[in-house]
Amino acid sequence: MTEIFGKPLPVIMGQMLIGLINGSFYALLSLGLAVIFGLLNIINFTHGAQYMMGAFAAYFLLNKLGVNYWWALLLAPLAVGATGVIIERLMLSKLYKLDHLYGLLLTFGLALIFQGAFRHQFGSAGLPYSIPESLSGGQNLGFMFLPNYRAWVIVASLTVCLGTWFVIERTKLGAYLRAATENPSMVQAFGVNVPRMITLTYGFGVALAALAGVMAAPIYQVNPLMGADTIIVVFAVVVIGGMGSIMGAVVTGFGLGIIEGLTKVFYPEASNTVIFVIMAIVLMIRPQGLFGSR
Amino acid sequence: MAEVLRIEHLHAWYGESHILHGVDLTVNKGEVVTLLGRNGSGRTTTLKSIMGLVGRRAGSIVVQGQETVSWPTHRIAHLGIGYCPEERAIFSSLSVEENLMLPPRIGEGGMSVEEIYDMFPNLRERRKTAQGTKLSGGEQQMLAMARILRTGAHLLLLDEITEGLAPVIVQALGRVIVKLKERGFTIVLVEQNFRFAAPLADRFYVMEHGKIAESFTAVELESKTQLLKEYLGV
Repeated sequence: MTEIFGKPLPVIMGQMLIGLINGSFYALLSLGLAVIFGLLNIINFTHGAQYMMGAFAAYFLLNKLGVNYWWALLLAPLAVGATGVIIERLMLSKLYKLDHLYGLLLTFGLALIFQGAFRHQFGSAGLPYSIPESLSGGQNLGFMFLPNYRAWVIVASLTVCLGTWFVIERTKLGAYLRAATENPSMVQAFGVNVPRMITLTYGFGVALAALAGVMAAPIYQVNPLMGADTIIVVFAVVVIGGMGSIMGAVVTGFGLGIIEGLTKVFYPEASNTVIFVIMAIVLMIRPQGLFGSR
Repeated sequence: MAEVLRIEHLHAWYGESHILHGVDLTVNKGEVVTLLGRNGSGRTTTLKSIMGLVGRRAGSIVVQGQETVSWPTHRIAHLGIGYCPEERAIFSSLSVEENLMLPPRIGEGGMSVEEIYDMFPNLRERRKTAQGTKLSGGEQQMLAMARILRTGAHLLLLDEITEGLAPVIVQALGRVIVKLKERGFTIVLVEQNFRFAAPLADRFYVMEHGKIAESFTAVELESKTQLLKEYLGV
């Protein structure tokens, strides 16, 4: 059997795959955080809870309304995104003139409330959500077995990440977003309804979290605390990539997922801490993050 | 002559500081009106107040017959106002071309991109520059003006456009103002450089301590020279 540094290839490939899957979620979640931070200057601590709500929305759609996975991919982000719009209008928009700390405290408080409410209602054991039939099974690649659903998650996440990057960096709408990130009052003086743009941007960032939640539902269990566990790593990803950088969020998300996977093969004891070690090193050498400019 | 802008008893505040103490002025269609005054006399704040960019304002600002003092900034812009701020506000995350094309259309009859490049040939050469802020100060100033000419804005608020620029660029901007006036734009200039403004403006307002201290027309300019020296300390 082929070996690399004394480890069998299938083991390495298996962990690489798990790393890529985790990386897909890190990238989607840190992308949403980056989009929100860029325009709103708020670190959205509710992001993990909104990811969890996306998974629960998929679960309810399937089990209460009989709506399948594919529709859930569309409807759950819309529904959770709509709650984001309401949160922004009713609460966040009142805080922009205050210190950043207030936005952080509000979103952190909301995360605790959402997670507490779901745990009160559904316990913390987790609910099952099965892989859609059309994506069950897998491919034998010779050196490893690749489940179809996992391949789909990687491709879907990459597509959404690159699509978002394209819209922000290469289109007129993205030019408004970039300009408003730099100088919102000037963009508003050109006649653009910036407050509405901010509301929709928050809704979009939240919808990205919910989309990640739907895609995660068949892989991890639908669990009220699934976001709380993931989001801590995602914040480390965002810090490493650089706050507010779109490409930084995507590249660092996938990259760190893979590094985490490889650490499991070569030095399993460090696999839970490797991302935080990298974060500490990056903060010492390049405090603005690998791709950040501020 | 049709009034484009009428300001009455305008007060404005930044947080706790009361900057404007009852400004009154009018601007007619097709005029070039210059606000003179020392630093801190409230000229920039007057322009920002028109755009709704100050913390709080009171009084009356009528644009095209509409009372706008309680309107949000983006709605005011749609009455056909183009604003060029003192700090130029070129976006560093946008290319030169993206900066130029950014402001959305807010009215009829804006200049075409070709006409704008003819007016500012430097910008045509540098349109592919990836970061708007990589341009020289003079080019950034031209870009800040050029981008509001496409939009169909007909009232231009230009704040200190000659500040810190080389004499040859100041002269070029002077020729641009003349051309814009010929095209029928209404222009409010805030200017420190009296020699730049003198041959361009139809009327002058002198501001002091957040109020209009004096107003006169271009014809009266000669007889007001001594008075201006006292106000502006030149």
